[in-house]
Parts: sequence; structure tokens; C-alpha cells
Amino acid sequence: MTTTAVRTRTEASAGRLPGAWVLGLHRGALEIKQFFRQREQVVFTFAFPVVFLFLFASIFHDAVRGTGVTASQLYVPAMMASGIMSTSFQSLGISIAVERDERVLRRLRGTPMPPTAYFLGKIWLVLFTGVLETAILLLVGTTVYGVDLPSDAGKWFDFGWIFVLGLTACALLGIAISSVPKSAKSASSVVVLPFLVVQFVSGVYISVNAIPHWMLDIGALFPLKWLCQGLRGVFLPDSAKVLEQAGSWEFGRIALVLAAWCIAGLALCLLTFRWKDRREG
Amino acid sequence: MTTYANGLAVDVRGLRKQYGDVTAVDGIDLEIRRGEVFGLLGPNGAGKSTTVEILQGNRDRDGGEVSVLGADPARAARAWRSKIGIVWQDESAPAELTVRETVRHFARYYPRPRDPEKVIGLVGLEAKADSRIKGLSGGQRRRLDVALGVIGDPELLLLDEPTTGFDPAARRQFWELIRTLADEGTTILLTTHYLEEAEELADRLAVVAKGRVVAEGTASALRNRFGSEAIVEWTEADGRNRRERTGTPTRTVTELTRRFDGEIPGLRISRPTLEDVYLRLTGQEDAR
Repeated sequence: MTTTAVRTRTEASAGRLPGAWVLGLHRGALEIKQFFRQREQVVFTFAFPVVFLFLFASIFHDAVRGTGVTASQLYVPAMMASGIMSTSFQSLGISIAVERDERVLRRLRGTPMPPTAYFLGKIWLVLFTGVLETAILLLVGTTVYGVDLPSDAGKWFDFGWIFVLGLTACALLGIAISSVPKSAKSASSVVVLPFLVVQFVSGVYISVNAIPHWMLDIGALFPLKWLCQGLRGVFLPDSAKVLEQAGSWEFGRIALVLAAWCIAGLALCLLTFRWKDRREG
Repeated sequence: MTTYANGLAVDVRGLRKQYGDVTAVDGIDLEIRRGEVFGLLGPNGAGKSTTVEILQGNRDRDGGEVSVLGADPARAARAWRSKIGIVWQDESAPAELTVRETVRHFARYYPRPRDPEKVIGLVGLEAKADSRIKGLSGGQRRRLDVALGVIGDPELLLLDEPTTGFDPAARRQFWELIRTLADEGTTILLTTHYLEEAEELADRLAVVAKGRVVAEGTASALRNRFGSEAIVEWTEADGRNRRERTGTPTRTVTELTRRFDGEIPGLRISRPTLEDVYLRLTGQEDAR
């Protein structure tokens, strides 16, 4: 061990605290780097919705009467929505619970890093993986299952805000649910079960016209149902509207519900977020 | 460097902390001067860690006045945190990153960080700089913890049982590192239950037991506190070993000589070591 003096600072220089935005960018880069170094996590995160799309779209592939689409095509936007929620809600819910349990959060709290920078970093990670996941599913959907990319700019604009609002709402809910599990070990069960249930009642695995109304009404309380519906509105022809509970895409209501969930999710995070686990009080 | 009215880096008065029915800290007073290495010594559960966590600003207190670098840790801002370095008791860092990536990244949080490369050298991890953290040994991880604790060039470094689990060689290396930091003027508060460590490193120390400071001062002052006493041990005629603490060992021996009429079986006279003093202060005498 060396004993050379390492004090390089000049005592007089005041030194300003680095800003939250810049640190958020650095944290984002670090989060993405860490994510891609965990190979298992990368494979499962990206492969899960693709495998499910392949399974469901291969089992159910007939034309749905009076809609102009096949069952396979219905699964493309459904799996995209599910993929968005898995890269945001599921991965944040589990990874933050693990970071809390392993005291990574407590250590960060002991530094002058502003908490905002931590959350910004998570948002960059989720945006990055969410865009990648969606691109992969879109590629499979267009090449294998004959889904057409929208040709007018209006639909792409709709896709943009549906993606951003849906991803944000799910990410915030993921941060909120990360405070529920008591340890890293229980994190995946605590996060995955509600995610699975919400996927069923939101029409991810089973088409909305086959789900009992009372279940859909429960699904309508959560962002995933609206995310699914919005993506169907973007990537399916208007003739498929007849399958919807309301008989239309309801873009206005989608925007309203997703925006409301962003606000509610943020409030929930601010109220419940803990830097330490419960054992530490 | 900032100066404070009373010249104290840490000023604690009447600190109290309760966990349910258990009183962890029961009125602790501490004064740590700037540039000093201060040891907080005590058995497990004495309230050391709770005290340090309150000083870090990571735990609420139930009562008392606390001033750390002139501010109350419970209401401390980012600027205050940038002057404090923490080395936690049980630590984890992002396993998938390398040592260099982690140290460089943490340096970004501070307004005037030390040079990351020099800090990696300071803790002796040059050879492991590009290794993932998950591949480090326990001792190497601990050194990384120290690197992250000092990267912001703190005025005050808080170390909570930093050498628990170290082998003797690693412990000596670590002491060397702490001395280097102290020589550079860093104020250091260190908790430990290793007496030898406190004696090696600390300018002054406080012994804590059951949430209270039971003794305070330099190691030699503590030793001298019971220095006039001696322990006389012998074996009775029925084979029982006897042990007596006395301020007048010569008189005890004279009496025993008379009683045994000559040689005293198994006679042994010893002066208390710092360890004896410590065990006596912390009420663990029976442990011997």
C-alpha cells in the first residue's frame, strides 16, 4: 500500500456540486452498462415477449370474423404493450428491491448524489430497453405476422405519446412496488404475480372480446389495458375496432388514463420510496 | 477548510435513541476535534453503530444535540454530504462494474473529488482496477469501500468496524491506510471492537457500554486509570483457584505467606492490561 500524498485539491477552490441532470445522464449510462453485463437478464427480458408472441400467434392464427385481421396480428400490439410493461414495471420493481436489499441505495444516499439523478438514470435505462424491446417485436410482427407499419404521420405521433406515457406510468408503478417486497428473494414473486394478473385482465394473452366484462372493468383501472388498446389503434386497421369494449380506439380516454397514472404513480413513489430496507428502520 | 466556532468536527450532547423498548443510545456525549482520529470502542450491541448512523444522517435520533462539521446531520444538505465520507459496516457495490468504473463514477458526485487513479492506488487495488467487483475477495471489497469513502476528499471520515473479517496482514495494511489519511488532516471516527486497533490508530477513544460512554481519553490514560491495581492469583489448599483484585498486592502476598507458612501455591501477580480495563468497563469481566 502506498503512502504518497494524494491530496490534490487546493484548499481555496470552492467547487460546485454537480447538477442532477448531468449526473442523471451518467447514471443512465452506468445503468445501461450494468444491465447489458447481466447476460441472463438481457436474454430473458428481450426473449420473453418474443417467445410468447411466437407461441400465441402460432396457436391462434385464424382470421377473426368481421375484423379484417388475424388472431396472430392481434398478438403483436398486445405483446408490445406487455414488453413495455416488463422492461419498465417488472424490471424496475425487481431491480430496485434488490438494490435496496443489497444496500446499494443506502450507499448512494450517503453521497451528495441528488435523488433525482438516481431516478433519471432509471428512466434512461427503461427508455433504452423499452425502445429496443418494442423495435424487436415490431420487426417480428411486420416480417412474420403481416402487421403493417402505419403510413401516416398522425399514427406515428399517436404511437409516440402512447409509448412515452405508457412506459412512464409503468416505470413509476415499478418504482412504487419495489418498496413492497421485504427482501431481494421475494422481489420477483411480489412483482410478477400482479403483472401476470394485469396482463390477463388487460387483454394481452386473451383477446378483449373473449374476456368477461367485469374483468375488463378491473383491467381498465390499470395502465396496461389502455396501452394495449392504444397500440392496437396504431398498428391494426380501423376495421378491428369492433372487437373493442367501446367499439372505438378511444385515444382521448387513453391519453387521460395514462397521464393520470403518471401523476398518481409519481405521487405514490414520492410517498413510499425508501432508501433503506425495513430491517434498518 | 471550514472552521467551526468551537473547533470541533463532531459535537454530541445527550444523544438518545430508542428501538421499541430497547434503549440503544442512552445519553452519549462526544467531542471530536478536527484532525483527530477518534475510536469508539465497545462490545456488539453497545450502541456504536447506531451512534455512527445518526452522525451520518442516516438515522433519526430521539433526543440530544448533534453537530457534525457545524451542521445537524438530520437536516443536512448535499453540500454537507460532500464533506463526509462513509465506510459502512456491511457493504455492497454494483457487482457488474469494475473497480475503476465504480470509483470514477462516484467521483462525479463530489464537487472536489480526489483523483480516482490515485485513490485506487492508495487502497492498493491497482492490480484489480479492471476487475468486476463481483470477482473481488472480501478484503479487496473492503478496500474498495474505503476508496469510495474517501473519493470525495472528505473532511470527516466515518468508519464503522472497518476491519471486521480481515486477516492480520490485511488489518495492518488497512491501519497504514488510515494513518496516511490522518496524516493528510482528515478527521476520522472509527468504531471497533478490537482493542488493539483502537490503541494503534486512535488519538483518543471512548468506551461505550449499554448505550453510555463509560470512559474516555487516550489509551494510556485508560490503562492508568486502574494502573495502581494488581491481580493476585493463587491456589487454595483444596485445589480451588482464587483471584483477587487489590491496590496493595504486597500486603495480600504477605498475608498469604503467613497463611500458607511459606510458598504460596500457583502464585501469580499481574497488572491489568488495557483489555482488562476494557472488559471491566464494559461489564464483561466474566468473559475471561
